[in-house]
Amino acid sequence: MATAAPQQPKRTGAVESLSTWRWTDRIALALCWICGIALCVAAASILLYMAYRGLQYVRPELLFDRPTGEPDQTRSGGIADPILGTMMLTLLGTALAVPLGVCVALWLVEYGRPAGLARLVESGVEVVAGTPSIVLAIFGLILFQQSWLGWLSFTSEGGGVFGRSLINASVMMSLIALPLVVGATREGLNSIPGHVREASYALGKTKAATIRRVLLPAVRPSIATGTALGMGRIAGDTAIVIILLGNTLLIEPQGDAPLWNVLTGTGSTLTSYVYENSPAGEGGAYEKAYAAAFVLLLVVLVLNFVVARIVGGSHAARSNLWSR
Amino acid sequence: MAAGAPTSSRPMAALASLREPWSDRRTEFALGAVACFVLAIVVGMVVFVFSKAWPSFTENGLAWFGDTGNVNQQLDRIQQPGTAEPVYEFGAFDLIWGTVLTTGAAVGFGIVFATLAAVFIVEFAPPVIERILTPTVSLLAAVPSVIYGLIGILVLAPFIGGLVSDDRKESVAGIVSLTGENWTLAAFILALMIIPIMTAIIAQALRQVPRAWTEGAAALGVNRWRVMWTISVRAARPAVIAGAVLATARALGEAIMLAMVSGGSAFAPNPVDGITFFFEPTRPLAATIVFYREGLANPAMAATLYSIAAVLLVSAMALSIGAYIAKQPLKKYGIRT
Repeated sequence: MATAAPQQPKRTGAVESLSTWRWTDRIALALCWICGIALCVAAASILLYMAYRGLQYVRPELLFDRPTGEPDQTRSGGIADPILGTMMLTLLGTALAVPLGVCVALWLVEYGRPAGLARLVESGVEVVAGTPSIVLAIFGLILFQQSWLGWLSFTSEGGGVFGRSLINASVMMSLIALPLVVGATREGLNSIPGHVREASYALGKTKAATIRRVLLPAVRPSIATGTALGMGRIAGDTAIVIILLGNTLLIEPQGDAPLWNVLTGTGSTLTSYVYENSPAGEGGAYEKAYAAAFVLLLVVLVLNFVVARIVGGSHAARSNLWSR
Repeated sequence: MAAGAPTSSRPMAALASLREPWSDRRTEFALGAVACFVLAIVVGMVVFVFSKAWPSFTENGLAWFGDTGNVNQQLDRIQQPGTAEPVYEFGAFDLIWGTVLTTGAAVGFGIVFATLAAVFIVEFAPPVIERILTPTVSLLAAVPSVIYGLIGILVLAPFIGGLVSDDRKESVAGIVSLTGENWTLAAFILALMIIPIMTAIIAQALRQVPRAWTEGAAALGVNRWRVMWTISVRAARPAVIAGAVLATARALGEAIMLAMVSGGSAFAPNPVDGITFFFEPTRPLAATIVFYREGLANPAMAATLYSIAAVLLVSAMALSIGAYIAKQPLKKYGIRT
């Protein structure tokens, strides 16, 4: 933590002359510049190219029309369903991941006993973080094709469980976001000095009350950071969508119960729409793929911006909060 | 949960007691239960995937990892055996080689690039550029893989396809078709995807190298590059390794982008082929699952695909253990990553 370090004198600008450097060092310095600039150029070219293609093809009616299966691109409709799918999946996945993740982080930092179990849980979260999403997706398929979980998706006449639905996909998506929420919340909890907790205990608060009234409000920016990062990951994931969401172009409800039929139904998201409309998928609608990819990129950019704002704002706020 | 039963008072009493302040023991128990639930899901995942994959491993034995013929034909036969007995014969060498090649090239290139970029961000970048670069790195890390794949398949692949001469295409006609989609392009885009992750990890460690060390070296008359290279990067070397290991895990699991740009045929590019080698298609392990996802309803095919998933899972677990071990020396210096 940087807060503990004493005030450092600010380093002045480059007063050193390159002419005294050995030529190997000069080459190395040039390579550093090239790598740094290349990263900027790569990011700028991706953004500008997607913006160029996106602005070329995105039309208001494209965003609000429902897609149709027509092979003729002038009549294949818009991307309303994929946009809605991305929104629902992201919100549901986050809604599942955040409470779970915050509870796990609280337990790990504030209780964490028996120590062996805490180590196990910690490595379990690490394992989830490292697991490829395609593996999570097909694990979800076995899990939700168990007959006792059949009520979460469509069951065929013969009793076979389809295993693909919005709710199943969001459960697996929540596993993608979970490590990010746990990590950010733990980081926040660890950065709260011990004397804050002790002050609360000294006032006669129980540990539970301290968590609820002191720690949770203090780590709210960290939780928000983890949440926004997790939302970005969920919105950008394709593998779970094409395997667990059923990958139907339209949102297809199952059954009659309102809302629940959408949750147990199938659908698509922007990522699966881009994949299916690229040459790798079935459709060859590049314009639509570019437009959907542009919308997706905007979503991710906004989430990224939110993270930057929270992190930037909370650093100053937090160091003031505890050192007053 | 119990809201639908207003007639009985017990659920209502339980709900009311939930609103009272919780005791410490109860809180600890509840939070611990949630943590155990997450642990149970992880254990369940490993058990489920391995139990489903078991037939493929027992039928093939160690030949699973070997080269037992054309993988495309093997997978087709698993899908449609033509006999009543399910066929499990499968040797994933071509797929493993494709994974190793793309991941290895991407990580090998990425580790050098990311280290230099991190040094640039931390030490040499003028404040203006640094203020642009730091968010740029986190942005590049956040771009969804399907967008990288789309740019790869629609922009870069036709461009690279144009570079391949017709003579070269004819020289391998009948074996593979050389389009713009090949392992080099896959490795390049993969590198673009993992470099931001590695750069962020390395830059964070470089920033936490004790100031006294670098200033001590500078006071002895060492120039800024040498200070960075011999003191900071040396001290942060465990972070470089940890970053590389985490990036490897990410690259191994990348399925969608690789399925889009790697060429889609299970072929093992052969370095003996000279320049042609760089234009040869491949298909890594994770992308294979995406390719044959429709076959998951077929038990034999599912066993094969789950066995691929099991191999990926074990590799990812081994890599995260590796990253944990690699980071240990940093704790000695008090550098948190």
